[in-house]
Parts: sequence; C-alpha cells; structure tokens
Amino acid sequence: MSATPSDCLSKWVSQSVPADAFAWLEEQRAATAAGETKPFYLAFGLTARKLGKADLSLSTADLEEADTARSGWNPANWSIDQAARTLLVLALPIEDFAHYLKTLDRLFAAAEVGELVALYQALPLLPSPLAHQNRAAEGIRTNMKSVFCAVAHHNPYPSEQLDENAWNQMILKCLFVGVKLDPVIGLDQRANANLASMLLDYAHERWAANRDISPELWRMIGPYAAETQNGKAMEDLNKLLKEGRELEQQAAILALRSCQADEAQAILQGHPKWASAAEAKAFTWSSIAAAS
Amino acid sequence: MHIIDPHTHMSARTTDDYEAMAAAGVVAVIEPAFWLGQPRTSVGTFQDYYASLVGWERFRAAQFGIRHYCTIGLNSKEANNEPLAEEVLEILPLFLAKEGVVAVGEIGFDDMTATEEKMFRAQLELAKEVELPVMVHTPHRNKKQGTLRSMEICEEHGLPPHMVVIDHNNEETVQSVLDRGFWAAFTIYPKTKMGNERMVEVVRNFGSERIIVDSSADWGVSDPLAVPKTARLMLERGIAQEDVELTCYQNALSAYGQSGQFNESDWLNPAAIDQRNLFEGNSVLRGQTPRVDEPNESEIIT
Ligand SMILES: [Zn+2]
Repeated sequence: MSATPSDCLSKWVSQSVPADAFAWLEEQRAATAAGETKPFYLAFGLTARKLGKADLSLSTADLEEADTARSGWNPANWSIDQAARTLLVLALPIEDFAHYLKTLDRLFAAAEVGELVALYQALPLLPSPLAHQNRAAEGIRTNMKSVFCAVAHHNPYPSEQLDENAWNQMILKCLFVGVKLDPVIGLDQRANANLASMLLDYAHERWAANRDISPELWRMIGPYAAETQNGKAMEDLNKLLKEGRELEQQAAILALRSCQADEAQAILQGHPKWASAAEAKAFTWSSIAAAS
Repeated sequence: MHIIDPHTHMSARTTDDYEAMAAAGVVAVIEPAFWLGQPRTSVGTFQDYYASLVGWERFRAAQFGIRHYCTIGLNSKEANNEPLAEEVLEILPLFLAKEGVVAVGEIGFDDMTATEEKMFRAQLELAKEVELPVMVHTPHRNKKQGTLRSMEICEEHGLPPHMVVIDHNNEETVQSVLDRGFWAAFTIYPKTKMGNERMVEVVRNFGSERIIVDSSADWGVSDPLAVPKTARLMLERGIAQEDVELTCYQNALSAYGQSGQFNESDWLNPAAIDQRNLFEGNSVLRGQTPRVDEPNESEIIT
C-alpha cells in the first residue's frame, strides 16, 4: 500500500524538527485521535511556537510522493507548522461525523490568518469532501488574499467539488484581486461557455476603465471563443494579435490554438510570424503567467 | 526611527490612517480587545470580534506594511452583564494561545463594581495560566483610586509587576505605578485629558524607564498618529533620542515581548511563510526607512 498524506506529512515534519518537538506533536496527535477536543484546540494553536514555521522545502521526489498519496496535491509551498496543523486535523476521529464537523467549525471560527491558510489548503485531504463545500465557498468569499489563495491555488478541491457557478466565481475573483490563474488546478478541464462570457464582459469593463487585463484571462475564453457573444471574443483576439503587448499576443495565439473553430485557424494563418513552429514552443500559459 | 503604537483600536479606523501611520514610521501596533461603543448582547458577537482581531484586522494592517498584534480579554464596561460575562470567560482560552496575541487585556475597572472586580480577578488568573502579560485599563473617573486598586489586586494574585502594563496614566498616578515596579503607559488624548506637550514633561520629569506612549485611537475623537507626533515633539523639545526610542518603541517591545509573540524580527526579518501570508512577499517594510509625511500627490481617483 502506498503512503497516505498523513504518512508523508509525518515523515517530512520529523525530518525538519528536533526529536523532542516531534515527540510533542506525536503526543498531541494521539490525544486528538482519542477524541479529546481541548488538547486538540490547544495544540493546534501552539504548533508554530513548538515547531517553528520554516518552509518544509520539499524535494521533487517528495512532491511526487504527495501526488501519489493524493492526486493533485501539491504541498510545495507548505511550512512546518502548516504540515503539523494538518496532521492534527487529520487525527480527529470521524466516527461521530456531526461532532467532527462541529469541531472543525469551531476551529475555523476562531482561527487566525496563518491557521486559516493551513486549514483551507488542507481541504482536499479531509474525509468526505462533499461535506466541506460551503466551507470552501466561504474561503473563496474572504477578503484575505492569502486565505483565498489557500483555496484557489495548488488545491485540487475546487475543480473536483465546486459547482459551475462557484467555480466561475472563483476564477473571476482570481482576476479581480490580481492573483494568477496558472496555479489553479483543473483550470483547462473546467473551462466553460458561461465563464468565457463572464470573463469577456469583465475584459470590456476593464478596458472601458482604462485598466490592464491579465493575459491569462484569454486562456479561459480560447476554447469557447467562436461562440462567445456572437464572435465578439474572436474579434478581440484578432485585435490583440495585431495591437496587443507581447504577452497579450502570446496569450491570443495560445487561446486561438485551443479553439476548434475554422475561423480561429484562419486568424492564426493571417499572422505567420506567430504561426511558425519555432515561435509556438517559445511560450506557454505558465510562462505567460510567470511574466505577467 | 521605528515606532510601535501599543494601544490602538484599528478596527475603528480607516485605511488612510494605516497609510499615514506607516508613513510616520509605525511598524507594529497592538489592538486591545475593548468594547465597541455599543454593548454586545451575546457571546457570538464577542467570538466574532476576537476572531476579527486575530484574522481580518491582522491581514488588513499587513497590506500597509504594519504588523498587527492584539490583546484578548473581557473589558470592564461589558463585564457588568454577569451571565454574558461568564460565557465570554469560557471562550477566552480559545483565543489566548493564538499567534499574535500578546497579552490579556484590556481589563480592569470602569465603574468599580463588584462584578467588574470578579471578572478582573478571573482574567488575572487566566493570564497566569497562559503566561501572558496583562494590559490594565484604568478608569477615567476616579482614576487615582482605580489605579491603586488595580495594582493591589494584581499583587494579591501574585502577578509580577513586570508582567503588567498599567495604562491611561497621568501625572497623578505615574509615580505610584513606577514605584511598585509596573509598566506605566500613557494615552495621548487630543483636545481633552492628556495632550502630548504634557507627555514631553512627563518623560522629562520621570525619565524613560518603564514608560510607554500610546494613542488608544478608536471610534471617538482620537489621533492614530499620536505616538509618532509625540516622538517628534519630544525630540524638538530636547528629550534625548534614546529616551524617545525607549518610550515610543523599545519599552512596549520589552513589555509585550514577554508573551513570546512579539518579536522585532517579525517586522525586520519575517519568516518566509509570514511574508507570503501577510505581506505577499513584498518588502514594504523590511529595512526600509519610513517615508516622510507628504501632501497628497493627486486628487485623481484611480
Ligand atoms: Zn483601549
């Protein structure tokens, strides 16, 4: 049997902290597993003080192990205290599920910023994912950018569990608050026509206000460009190819390439500089995100 | 010069205030849990208030490059609703161990009732249990008696004076507070009570040891820039730089630093995870000399 997320976290934490600190954590996990809520709440709060909050600094092999333990799980940016807090939450008994949810509710309700980030990024590891849909939606509604990113970035939960409306709101909010789309898991798989239309409206609002638009926006519109608002999206992409900034031109190329319509291919043919094979490999959505 | 405002209710202030404070050199603030002008009627509103002090307000401050800390406690004004007060005491432990909670406070007397005293004592015991300093609010009416009584009670409970900050002092109370070994904090109130010219004279007469300046800025008439303004005035009027640094920065750091939750490295050299979570990796603050007050560059709203 392959390692569980708890096995991975436990191994990484044990390698990163002194033996006595790890022994403290093991003790708290055992008490938590035995169903005692008071030591659980206390330990959850004390974790950063006891173990520190340095980065876990995981290797590529560690990250592969994480993805095997839970597909889509990417703890590359996790810190020691976040890993330890997740271990404590994963130790909670779930036999009495209503009680388990109540314990979690209380934990979220009293959490400070760092704890909220730890809790939200642990969502995909919790049992019975459906039970946490409202919680995830609340994380998306927050005004704390780091908490929002704990749900939206490097987290497989939203693409797996959110309905179309909630998912679309999350993507729009990423653009709205100025965080990148590329770290969102399942981005291309969950592109949809409604989202494309919403984002096109957003793009025109921004243009009307003389504001920049993240070139990443066109990634979500590309596959639906032909049918979005009677060809308006296609016109915009054509215009970006001619007049846009470098990154916008790159985005337009990638968006048009993701579009099946003949029209998209025709536009690309009209811009031979960008259609060439050499240029084609020079950039990706990730490189555009990194540069924007 | 770096400034700490160790008593300010930022939840009641605007982002303009945060900007102005950062520009004036404020690197860290402590927001004591207090009342909101309107008494609360259920424990849930206390819980959400405490959660906002360790959550949203902390994040909001960081956007302006200011580190936000808080104290958690049941204030004296609301201690008089005894059944509710008992419920609030029960939820305090949930928050006292949180990161960024630097003291139990502000607690003490308002009307000096028996219920206030009961709640004060219960929270002093709690402070001992969780090994946190205490921030004591002294009453505005009957100040001298209230201050003495507060200190006696702290002593009765065996709290070492170096773990207790007695706040809202004036010229009449400061000597007895210092004599007994407590920290003596002063709130600068614009227009009424303690103005900052008086504060300059307090430092001139009583020195800088264990004396702390704060603004207690809140939803009433108050000045969120009271500490940096007082620091500047002290320098102008010939108080030594060292004394200004002690009263407007270092003493607060030493007093509340005893919590283990208030370290200079938090703003001078924050952990990578804090940079990502609070400052989003930007270096508004670290190693930067504070901007000088400038007139508005532009009226255009962008
Ligand atoms: Zn106050």
